[in-house]
Amino acid sequence: MSTTSAVASTQQCPASSPPPPAPRPRNKFVGWAAVAAVVLGLGYLISPLFKQDTAGGFDYAGFGRLPILVNGRLKPMDSVARTSLLMLQDRQRVSSPTTGNLVGSPDEWLLDVLFRPEVADTYPVFAIDNPDLLSLLGFTEESLKINYSKSAHRILAAVGFMPGTYRRFSYKQLESKLAEIDRQSRLAEPTEESLRTPFQKGVIELRDRLVLYNRLKHSLIPPGSTNPLSEYDAFVKGIPAGAAAIRARQQGQSHDEAAARATLEAAQRYEFMGRMAYLLAIPPLSGTNDPNSWKSAGNALLESFQTGDINPTVLAYAGMATAWRNRQVEQFNTIVKMFREILMKRFPESLSKSDAEVRFNSAEPFLRSMTLYGVIFFLGIFSWMRAPDLLGRSAFALLILAWLATTAGIGTRMWLEGRPPVTNLYSSALFVGWAAVGLCVLLERLYRNGLGLVAGGMIGFATLLIAHHLSLSGDTLEMMRAVLDSNFWLATHVVTITVGYSATYLAGFLAFIYVVRGVFTNGLDAGTANAIKSMVYGIICFAALFSLVGTILGGIWADQSWGRFWGWDPKENGALIIVIWNALILHARWGGWVKTRGLMALAIFGNIVTSWSWFGTNMLGVGLHSYGFMEAAFYWLLAFCITQLALIGIANIPLRYWRSGSQLSA
Amino acid sequence: MSEIRNAFVAFFTSLKLTVVLLALSIILVFWATLAQVKLGIWGVQQEFFRTFFVLGKIPGTEIPLPLFPGGYTLGGFLLVNLLSAHAYRFKFSLKKSGILLTHFGLILLLLGELATSLWQKEFMMRLDEGQTSNYAESTRQTELAIVNVSDPTWDDVVAIPTERIESLGAIQHPGLPFRVVTRAYYPNAIVDASSAQGETSQATDLPVRATRDIGTRSVVRPQPITYREDQRNWPTAFVELVGPEGSLGTWMLSAMLINPQTFEYGGRTWTMQIRPERKYLPFSLTLLDFSHDRYAGTNIPKNFSSRLHLRTDDGRDDRDVLIYMNNPLRARGMTFYQASFDNDDKTTILQVVRNPGWLVPYIACVAMAFGMVIQFCMHLVGFARKRANASKRAVARTSPSASPLT
Repeated sequence: MSTTSAVASTQQCPASSPPPPAPRPRNKFVGWAAVAAVVLGLGYLISPLFKQDTAGGFDYAGFGRLPILVNGRLKPMDSVARTSLLMLQDRQRVSSPTTGNLVGSPDEWLLDVLFRPEVADTYPVFAIDNPDLLSLLGFTEESLKINYSKSAHRILAAVGFMPGTYRRFSYKQLESKLAEIDRQSRLAEPTEESLRTPFQKGVIELRDRLVLYNRLKHSLIPPGSTNPLSEYDAFVKGIPAGAAAIRARQQGQSHDEAAARATLEAAQRYEFMGRMAYLLAIPPLSGTNDPNSWKSAGNALLESFQTGDINPTVLAYAGMATAWRNRQVEQFNTIVKMFREILMKRFPESLSKSDAEVRFNSAEPFLRSMTLYGVIFFLGIFSWMRAPDLLGRSAFALLILAWLATTAGIGTRMWLEGRPPVTNLYSSALFVGWAAVGLCVLLERLYRNGLGLVAGGMIGFATLLIAHHLSLSGDTLEMMRAVLDSNFWLATHVVTITVGYSATYLAGFLAFIYVVRGVFTNGLDAGTANAIKSMVYGIICFAALFSLVGTILGGIWADQSWGRFWGWDPKENGALIIVIWNALILHARWGGWVKTRGLMALAIFGNIVTSWSWFGTNMLGVGLHSYGFMEAAFYWLLAFCITQLALIGIANIPLRYWRSGSQLSA
Repeated sequence: MSEIRNAFVAFFTSLKLTVVLLALSIILVFWATLAQVKLGIWGVQQEFFRTFFVLGKIPGTEIPLPLFPGGYTLGGFLLVNLLSAHAYRFKFSLKKSGILLTHFGLILLLLGELATSLWQKEFMMRLDEGQTSNYAESTRQTELAIVNVSDPTWDDVVAIPTERIESLGAIQHPGLPFRVVTRAYYPNAIVDASSAQGETSQATDLPVRATRDIGTRSVVRPQPITYREDQRNWPTAFVELVGPEGSLGTWMLSAMLINPQTFEYGGRTWTMQIRPERKYLPFSLTLLDFSHDRYAGTNIPKNFSSRLHLRTDDGRDDRDVLIYMNNPLRARGMTFYQASFDNDDKTTILQVVRNPGWLVPYIACVAMAFGMVIQFCMHLVGFARKRANASKRAVARTSPSASPLT
């Protein structure tokens, strides 16, 4: 600790500035401030774990932890509630601008969807933005305008701090237009995805959201059932008579027509339920614990024709439904508890994973770390102006804390999924940020000049923000498609290439700091400039190594699975461009054509190159790697590239116009 | 003379050339990536990488104009640059061993990619469950196959690559008692064989009409050539056969027609068809079982696999093999990959690749990766040593009683 900080102090004090007259007395507040920062940060990170939705005394947490199978993965109800809400309306909160929160938690919303659909139908959870689509659905500008009762709200809305128009609508509001939405989406569907108009995209998206919502509704209890327990009871008792009546009718004998019809109607109802169900909630009765043999409540009900009995899990959910509908707190909580105990005996591992996932969901480690990174970024900047020790040390402690929180988050995801860290675009955003911030922690530990703080805060915040927006498309713990189902290659190729992205970005952001500080402030002294130069050079070497090795490993994987080492696929080309770009920087430097400023300009262009490889290639919509066409992201990417190009232009302003120019050499 | 030689050496060994070539490569790769949206991967490989120049056309004409150096030019120059730089400038030292190894790997990689572009061939093999086959079909090339099927035990095949019939004209083959004259050729056309005869004359305005067999009852609609991954071209030709005593008639042949057309001539029975070019293998494969697992409640594929029986002509190999994702079968210089499936999971589609140089990139990659790791580690050690020295100096400079910040 003592040696490195000594180095930092010598580097921060170049020969030109007055040397410190004597070793400064140690500021005892510095250590305490760092401790206080850690305590505050930690409190912020873990506080959501203690917050629970207990409105009305229902055991929401217990219900949220129940495991079900969706999209091939056993997950807790809580995850389904959260991802469904994100998919429907881009956020987890269910509220209306005029009346505030409608439910206390995503779990409470899901309970209403599953068991009290008539109530859930009134919650505004369908986000619609396209103006043409809104007018098709009969909404006029006038009817969309929010009339706040408080004048303070009206003022806030006028200046844009509160929404001025309705954006989310309830199922009830859309119900009368379902046929038209269906017709319009059918008209839009034949158009190729990349060629669809915003209206066509909007209407297909809305249709998919309505389908998802309806499938959720029919997952556990029959449509329109007000008391599933008594319905099942009547159904199972009527089976022998009904079956006899049907048999008699087929043979043309006299029969009980009512009994036959009741049984047939029930069969049709449950068949429909089985077809629609989104949740596979019913575990196999005994024997196999293979997640693939879980089934829907509807299909389990159909089995009653053979067994003559109602599946106990179906009964348990029917019991919960009845208790929830009749607002019987104690009964509901008892059923949840007992059901959980039964599951515990058979699926202890799935349950403990479910529990962990629920805790992970409510802790929101990535969102919370994102806030911390933002704080760290500003602390880092302030530390260049005032109290470098105090602010720098505190921010460094926070940086380590936030990085550990993301580490824990990524680790949890890996454990839940049983996969290496990067499996899709979302997790690549997490990992790019994690690796870059990890490097920043190292840099800050070595140099102690606040650069690691500012760069780490900036990259950490940006990547987690990107990840947040990517998470809106659904569950981010997806099952891997067959060709990607190889932990070995995911762990080697994907991880190495992602670390290559991180390093290239980090070099770019350090160069960014160099240019901005040098041109716009007089705070960039020769010592710091040299430190940035050696950091950028070292990191580019690191980036070259990782992107080359990663690209090569990708080639080998491609040879193993598609039969060619290199196919000039867009994603491969993107990775190749990063490798060549890093090689170009290094060769230009070795040849002596670029000095410090040139190196910085080249490193900043590395940001564009990496963004192209990471996101731009996916937007082309061609090739084997295109796993997501993101339109909105395109404009952000474009904007980012333009800012980087502007920065390169600024870097080329002659040194005499730089505010720190007098302290720097070419 | 030696001045010119020196100028040459200076040019080809210069690091500046390397940087310029690298920059040009980036532009080429980026441009090619964008062009893929229109041209498709295969088209881009041909027009950007496996060529000396990226060609454009002078607007309004068909005159080709080199716009940019292609993959062969840039790769070739990089290779010469690398080789000559090492030959003239580089002195071996332990410190540079990493760089040397990396560059050696790069040379190997460039050569390997050249070999691949020259000799790699790709085919497809389509097998229904229970079916046995001893040939693979080209995914791009088609051939006009004229088969003498008179002998029930033996087929006499004359296969003419369709590129040969593209340029209209006559082909005389020693195995055929007639000349094959192409009257019209369309690289991509849709054939509608179901329409009635009356419609044919109205719907088509093509200059050539078929006079024999299915062509007389079909409508041919020429289409633009497609480069899309999920579509294919259907070459279609109007072919007249001319014997010594005159024309036998004109047939419409298309890759779209699955069944060959049969005719009698000279007391023998012949069949004729345009079909994907075939590559006969020294062994046969039988599909025993194809399985396609999905994750429960989804359509996300979990696994595809084909269980096959492999039997070589010489009888040395006679065994069951399993091909699945990331696990190909290598046999007799060919590699079989699970590519796709069809027919309600009862048909497997295997990709068959023949690449004699497949091992080269592996060696190249290991050399490059090792070289870079060596170099990076040496840098890192040097950096750490420098910092350790610097901090020792720094500690010495500050007073021993109190170092700042601690």
